[in-house]
Amino acid sequence: MKNWLKSGTPWIWLNAGAAAICLIMVAGLVALIAVRGLGHFWPGPVMEATYAVPGQEPVRVLGERVNDETVTASVVEDAGQPVPEDMEVVHRWLIKLGNRDLTGRDFLWFVEPFLVDRSYPHDALHLERMEWGDFYGYLRAVTEDGAAVAEGEAAWDELYMRVSRADDLRRRITRIERYEIGDVNNRMERLRLQERRHELAGTLTGEVRESLTGQRAELDARYAVLMERRSELQTQLSRDALVAETADGRSITIPLAHVVRATRPNGIGLAEKIGLYIEKFVEFISGYPREANTEGGIFPAIFGTVVMVLLMSVIVTPLGVLAAIYLREYAKQGPIVQLIRISVNNLAGVPSIVFGIFGLGFFVYLAGGTIDQLFYPEALPAPTFGTPGLFWASLTLALLTLPVVIVATEEGLSRIPRSIREGSLALGATKSETLWRTIVPMAAPSMMTGLILAVARAAGEVAPLMLVGVVKLAPNLPVDGQFPFIHLERKFMHLGFHIYDVGFQSPNVEAARPLVYATALTLVVIIIVLNLAAITIRSRLREKFKSTSD
Amino acid sequence: MTMTEDLGATMTETPLTRSYDKSRFEGRDAASRRLGDEPVAFELKDWSLYYGDAPALKKISMVIPERRVTAFIGPSGCGKSTLLRCLNRLNDLIDSVRTEGSMKLRGENIYDRSVDVADLRRRVGMVFQKPNPFPKSIYENVAYGLRIQGVKNTDGRIDEAVEKALRGAALWEEVKDRLDKSANELSGGQQQRLVIARAIAIEPEVLLLDEPASALDPISTARIEDLIFELKEKYTIAIVTHNMQQAARVSDYTAFMYLGELVEYDATETIFMAPEKKQTLDYVTGRFG
Repeated sequence: MKNWLKSGTPWIWLNAGAAAICLIMVAGLVALIAVRGLGHFWPGPVMEATYAVPGQEPVRVLGERVNDETVTASVVEDAGQPVPEDMEVVHRWLIKLGNRDLTGRDFLWFVEPFLVDRSYPHDALHLERMEWGDFYGYLRAVTEDGAAVAEGEAAWDELYMRVSRADDLRRRITRIERYEIGDVNNRMERLRLQERRHELAGTLTGEVRESLTGQRAELDARYAVLMERRSELQTQLSRDALVAETADGRSITIPLAHVVRATRPNGIGLAEKIGLYIEKFVEFISGYPREANTEGGIFPAIFGTVVMVLLMSVIVTPLGVLAAIYLREYAKQGPIVQLIRISVNNLAGVPSIVFGIFGLGFFVYLAGGTIDQLFYPEALPAPTFGTPGLFWASLTLALLTLPVVIVATEEGLSRIPRSIREGSLALGATKSETLWRTIVPMAAPSMMTGLILAVARAAGEVAPLMLVGVVKLAPNLPVDGQFPFIHLERKFMHLGFHIYDVGFQSPNVEAARPLVYATALTLVVIIIVLNLAAITIRSRLREKFKSTSD
Repeated sequence: MTMTEDLGATMTETPLTRSYDKSRFEGRDAASRRLGDEPVAFELKDWSLYYGDAPALKKISMVIPERRVTAFIGPSGCGKSTLLRCLNRLNDLIDSVRTEGSMKLRGENIYDRSVDVADLRRRVGMVFQKPNPFPKSIYENVAYGLRIQGVKNTDGRIDEAVEKALRGAALWEEVKDRLDKSANELSGGQQQRLVIARAIAIEPEVLLLDEPASALDPISTARIEDLIFELKEKYTIAIVTHNMQQAARVSDYTAFMYLGELVEYDATETIFMAPEKKQTLDYVTGRFG
């Protein structure tokens, strides 16, 4: 035993154990959110059953099982649900019933022993809709202008065809609304600002006024044309509808304009299910959110996160590197520099919400307000930069991550062997030539390390962003086709805030839960991708500037 | 038994002491070359250096002749490297260093305020104990000094200078096909010749060698020594070494230093065969140090 202790084996076990626990925790975290998040897109089987509680009228139920649990009878009783006699523990299922517009409750717990006559009808219809969430029922007919065109089995092919036509029309309407009408509105706004600028400068002559009126009339005409086209498409879109029967026998008509996707989950094979899965996944990644963010995609949030992080990197890297070079290479090492260094290190420990408040108070109101007065007086009192936005959010996060970059760069600079510096100086290089030609390139991998840490921190930060530019739903992306193409003053969406919003502010908790996991997984993947990119660059640099002497 | 009587026997027979090949000195008559007659490169007068309050060099006065190899020997910590680093003002980098006395290169006081230190270092090249190539290509290492001076590669000026320097450092044949490869891929001996090439690429007047072969194997050492022999034709060379044989083999003049003082300085043959001071004799024969 004594020898065993002396041999150092316990240490090895202890160290290996600690490393293993860390790895297991990371792997477990990623696995959990991956399974929960990715499972959401799989088209599960739709079950039909009769819910026969003794002493009550039996109810027909149609939906997807999304969760199950075993609880004690008293818990079920407290929840106001029936309990089979003589049972200590009860198994119950959470079934997604959809049809929120009809019943008001789309997720319900059912006590499992009372669910009888279970079956998986192959013609059960599952609809994803623009509003009111999902629909479960049986397809009865497809109608055009109110008249049935197909019924029974034949209705399915007709439905698929007409849903994709409706989808196409919806896309065209969206394009007109988002880009063409958006462009007209943008130009209108610019004309208004132009007029106001002339007014402020006192140059609003009759000539100018005339020209503006002319341009405005032109835009109005374009707008009218666009609205005409839009309403034409709307009419075409509202042509088709489907008639379906719900589980409790009600017959309802749903216009195809509201249907995003129609499927029969029990009636399709594995290949089709995989196709559907990929389709839904792609929609999630590339689509815009619907229904208070609980449906649809998260593209604007992904885009906002990436743009914000890149902008932050562009701001923080030069600033941090230059500061570190000054502190390490030029400043006279003494108590003052030491004090600065301690302050920088402490800055890293300041809670991020404090940075958010600073960003709001200093950047947004003071700096932004001043910019507005100097450069955008025509838009006042509506603020341009004097309101939270992408640029201020990036700047705030740059400030938040500055210490990391400074510390990492200083570390890198201090690791450059003295012999390399002397070698360069001995060849007649001045100090700055030595720095820029040799020392800084050699310290570049350390700067990348700082940037990697900064990116990881910034991409996951939520609290300060809520104060300086992130919103629940941004109507436009910060980069688009409208002049001047990059809109740094715009508010944006962010994955971290999206998780918070969907998970905690959503009216429909059960519907939002899988999206929270899926969004979290996306955020983790994005951080990993950004880091991998930086790590690749770093290892290239390391290879290039590897030094043999020390 | 006196020191002088025993000298020859000690040198050749006792394995514990160092031996010198006497033929090395044949035909080299100390009397024919006298320090006083040589053209002067460096002239030091009462040169002292302090690290804070601790003196590292004490009132050293000497001349370093042009186009000769001057070796500095002495036990560790005797100040020989510090003295060498005074010659290109590399000690300026250390904040606590303070100097006294005068040091002239060709009559010009190099510690004068008006002297451009970068320019001085261009004239006085240096090679360090451990090879310190930059993490760049072989070509860029040699071209470094020229690029600093703003030389552009018009008409292949840099190409030419790089080849010339690499030939001068006897490295050209080994690396001519892989000039764009990283200098880190070279062996230690090749790296040391590369940094010599880097130093002579800017054509300095003086070359300072700080134990240039101490980190190398015997074969690489021999090549460096051959190289020193060749370089002597063009450059004034000052070399610090711990290796007595090396000092004896390559140098024309040898300075023996001890505890920051210059104990004896004379033609190498004199220092090794008939030094005036007992301390010097003890050191060169390996009785202390």
